[in-house]
Amino acid sequence: MTTLNGLAAISVAYVLLLFAVAFVAERVAWRGHGRWLSAPVIYTLSLSIYCTAWTFYGAVGSAARNGFEYLTIYLGPSLVMIGWWWGLRKLVRIGRSNRITSIADLLSSRYGKSNLLGIGVTILAVVGTTPYIALQLQSVTLSVEAFASVDPETAGQGRHTALWVALGLALFTVIFGTRSLDANERHHGVVMAIAVEAVVKLAALLAVGVFVVWGLSGGVGATLARIDASPLADWTVPGGRWAGLTLLSAAAFLCLPRMFQVLVVENDNDAQLRMAAWAFPLYLMLMSLFIVPIAVVGLEMLPPGSNPDLFVLTLPLSQGRDGLAVMSFLGGFSSATSMVIVAAIALSTMVSNHVVMPLWLHYREGGASVSGDVRNVVLLSRRLSIAGVLALGYLYYKLSGGGEALAVIGLVSFTGVAQVLPAMMAGLFWRGATRNGALAGLSVGFAVWLYTLYLPSLGTGSVLPPSFFSEGPLGLAWLRPDALFGIGGLDPLMHAVLWSLLLNTLVFFTVSLLSFPSPLERLQGAQFVSIQQTPGRARRWTGGVAEAEDLMVMTQRILGAPEAHALFLREAQKQGMPGPLPEPTADFLETLERELAGSVGAATAHAMVSQIVGGSAVSVEDLMAVADETQQMVEYSARLEAQSQELTRTARQLREANRKLTQLSVQKDAFLSQISHELRTPMTSIRAFSEILRDGDGLGPEEQTRYASIIHDESLRLTRLLDDLLDLSVLENGQVSLNMRDGRLSDLLDRAVAAAAASDEGSGLRIVRVEADEDHWLYTDIDRLSQVFINLIANARKYCDADAPSLEIRVCEEGGDLVIDFIDNGTGVATEAQEMIFEKFARVSDREAGGAGLGLAISRQIMTRLGGAISYLPGQGGAAFRVVLPQAAALAAQ
Amino acid sequence: MADDPADESGPVPLFVERHTYRRRRLMDAIRALPVLGVVLWMLPMLWALPGAGMRGAAALIYLFAVWIGLIALAGGLLLALRLWERRAGLDHGERGR
Repeated sequence: MTTLNGLAAISVAYVLLLFAVAFVAERVAWRGHGRWLSAPVIYTLSLSIYCTAWTFYGAVGSAARNGFEYLTIYLGPSLVMIGWWWGLRKLVRIGRSNRITSIADLLSSRYGKSNLLGIGVTILAVVGTTPYIALQLQSVTLSVEAFASVDPETAGQGRHTALWVALGLALFTVIFGTRSLDANERHHGVVMAIAVEAVVKLAALLAVGVFVVWGLSGGVGATLARIDASPLADWTVPGGRWAGLTLLSAAAFLCLPRMFQVLVVENDNDAQLRMAAWAFPLYLMLMSLFIVPIAVVGLEMLPPGSNPDLFVLTLPLSQGRDGLAVMSFLGGFSSATSMVIVAAIALSTMVSNHVVMPLWLHYREGGASVSGDVRNVVLLSRRLSIAGVLALGYLYYKLSGGGEALAVIGLVSFTGVAQVLPAMMAGLFWRGATRNGALAGLSVGFAVWLYTLYLPSLGTGSVLPPSFFSEGPLGLAWLRPDALFGIGGLDPLMHAVLWSLLLNTLVFFTVSLLSFPSPLERLQGAQFVSIQQTPGRARRWTGGVAEAEDLMVMTQRILGAPEAHALFLREAQKQGMPGPLPEPTADFLETLERELAGSVGAATAHAMVSQIVGGSAVSVEDLMAVADETQQMVEYSARLEAQSQELTRTARQLREANRKLTQLSVQKDAFLSQISHELRTPMTSIRAFSEILRDGDGLGPEEQTRYASIIHDESLRLTRLLDDLLDLSVLENGQVSLNMRDGRLSDLLDRAVAAAAASDEGSGLRIVRVEADEDHWLYTDIDRLSQVFINLIANARKYCDADAPSLEIRVCEEGGDLVIDFIDNGTGVATEAQEMIFEKFARVSDREAGGAGLGLAISRQIMTRLGGAISYLPGQGGAAFRVVLPQAAALAAQ
Repeated sequence: MADDPADESGPVPLFVERHTYRRRRLMDAIRALPVLGVVLWMLPMLWALPGAGMRGAAALIYLFAVWIGLIALAGGLLLALRLWERRAGLDHGERGR
């Protein structure tokens, strides 16, 4: 028989061993030989704090009461670990790159370093974890009592077990959990001790399991037969509860402060996570492997009415296996202590970083730059927090009386911390999640949880009267804590989980959609969501304002003098500065803030740096830098497309211009040969006849006169050609002076027709006019305008190739402008020539017509000078030209 | 060797080398594993229906078999991924010389 004193001695020895392990690990890490301390195996084992005394003792109790339901608590975390690629990987990376110190720090950091949110999560975590700590104290007490009941002499001696355990754990946690303000908040000693405890509890449970299966049941086959014969065999778990509990445990696995501590804060590299992805499910599987056999055999062998929560301990005891019982006791003791230690560290970090430090900073005049050691304040606040957390747990244990089944308390706690899940997951994957949304969702979820689960868990009649539960508050039945909105009949736990998470998510989402985040919040959100794409952090300090010395003073008081000096020297060297103080650049300030965040949390570090720097600034560039890159790409490609379209357009215009130029050049060549021909023909005859006149002595006066008149005619032709060229050049240079006067259009046309008819060619042209339409008065250069008309009529005479050529002159008014169309009945101008005919030296046809191709060019120049226009009118049957006179030039008919 | 195979930034080419292709499919398998786990472990929801006939040892064996299978698959896939990565790293090294 192991006496209680013996048990106490064994416990103390075990605790001393843990102290030694933690101490050695700290020393090794301090000396820098601690590579193996961050080995994936140690990381995986440290995750085992998920398996608390609730698992060690409570799982068997749960199996004995509810059959296979206990498995869901391990299936959820197994799924989370196997699905590490989806969420954990990102979470752990964010934790590392942002120096996250706790789950409250994560949320506060993600939502714009909001300390209010940090405080909210801290309160939720403390309220949710307190019953859990009480549960551990209770389990140790129960296990001690189990020994005491076997040993009648010492019955009643273990009355203060819980108190002693609480005190001992507080001591251990204070010593190893707040040893130093580590820059990265990792606790090698604690993690190592927990890894040892993980092995102890697994070995103990496996040992009891092996004893039960092979020692008591007689092998695997026989055990399976016993299971089939036992009352547990019937599958009684409702589907909703099966799925709901799996989900709940998965959520709690991510959100429990102590799990976040080992999973994210203590994580060092991705390799750790990779191993844990399969090794931790294996650990969980082994832990739950023998639960059902132990429960079945316990129910069979132990007297009815004995507490199934303690079967793991009482089975070996009843069989007289004291050694095994002590081992089992140590396993349970390990489970309880490791959980309490890590939970206390995690909670104390949260309390000191989010509650004590901001308050202290607020009430200290002058803020962070006054003298005095901040480190001591932080450490002291953490130590006090640890003691406070354990005291709360002990109080809860004393008040609740410790009579309830372990599993129920555990699930209440799970549901409470799971309220963080929506804000946390959305914070990682949704940029639209805002601080106000997170605050609102958390508050609603917390309130519903308190109301539907936490208060009822304290027992009806303890805090609230029984009528409150049966009839609802103030007689409002639809507000009954176990049947919100009148939907009763649900399992109370599932009822609470459903409503709290549902309302939490709904409110969080809605408020997020409606609220508008601050710039810092948006910056952090973008960084968290796209951590894989942006390994570096966007800048947020506008440097140059801070004094490096002030920063040095502050850093010394948080990190300690040697660490601060080393950090500043390193940064100065990085900047290439000769002295020990670096320039307070934006980069440096950001590095510094991150280092400080590892000690006091992101929100406090941010507040402290901004006190010295004089306010943080998120510049437009910062926002631009993290602005959606896709959007930028879309804009860029749209710009490119527009540019390419413009280029295409320009190219087309250039091609067109080039074609025109080529055509012009061809025409010019043609004209040059034409004009030299035109010039040469009269010159040849002039020369020939003047030679005849010079040498011909025997010429009669008649012949002389005829030859001289030929010479005269030819010179006139030359002069006309040269006049035309001169005229055009004058018009083009704008040197022409207009002789403006009044005149009637019909007179003008009469004169033009008469003048054109004066030449001999094409005298057969019939001219069609409507005199009534021509009754318009003009104020313009009458001579120039008639020059245009004469040219058009003469062209018709020359080029109209119809058998009975006719020219119709139409006059009409269009929009105030006077329009005069000259339409003949010939074949007209070929389409490709239409745009060329107004160019210089262009000819309408190849027919020899004596012109130099300048008539239309001159006409256009004249019309431009007069403020009108002349254009070719296609589609009229023959060649058609339109002369447009502006309103000012055309006076109303008088 | 790349610290993490998923960090393949930049535009994704249409065709990749054979071992890169294999590695990506391995990652797909790792991603799909929890889905498989959810499906297999949520099957017991059907057992609660009357007349399902699943009970006792058989149920226990099924649940633990799925568990062991998932662990083995997760471990195996990660091991395979590491081997592919190592091979890819060697290939790169040789080509670099």
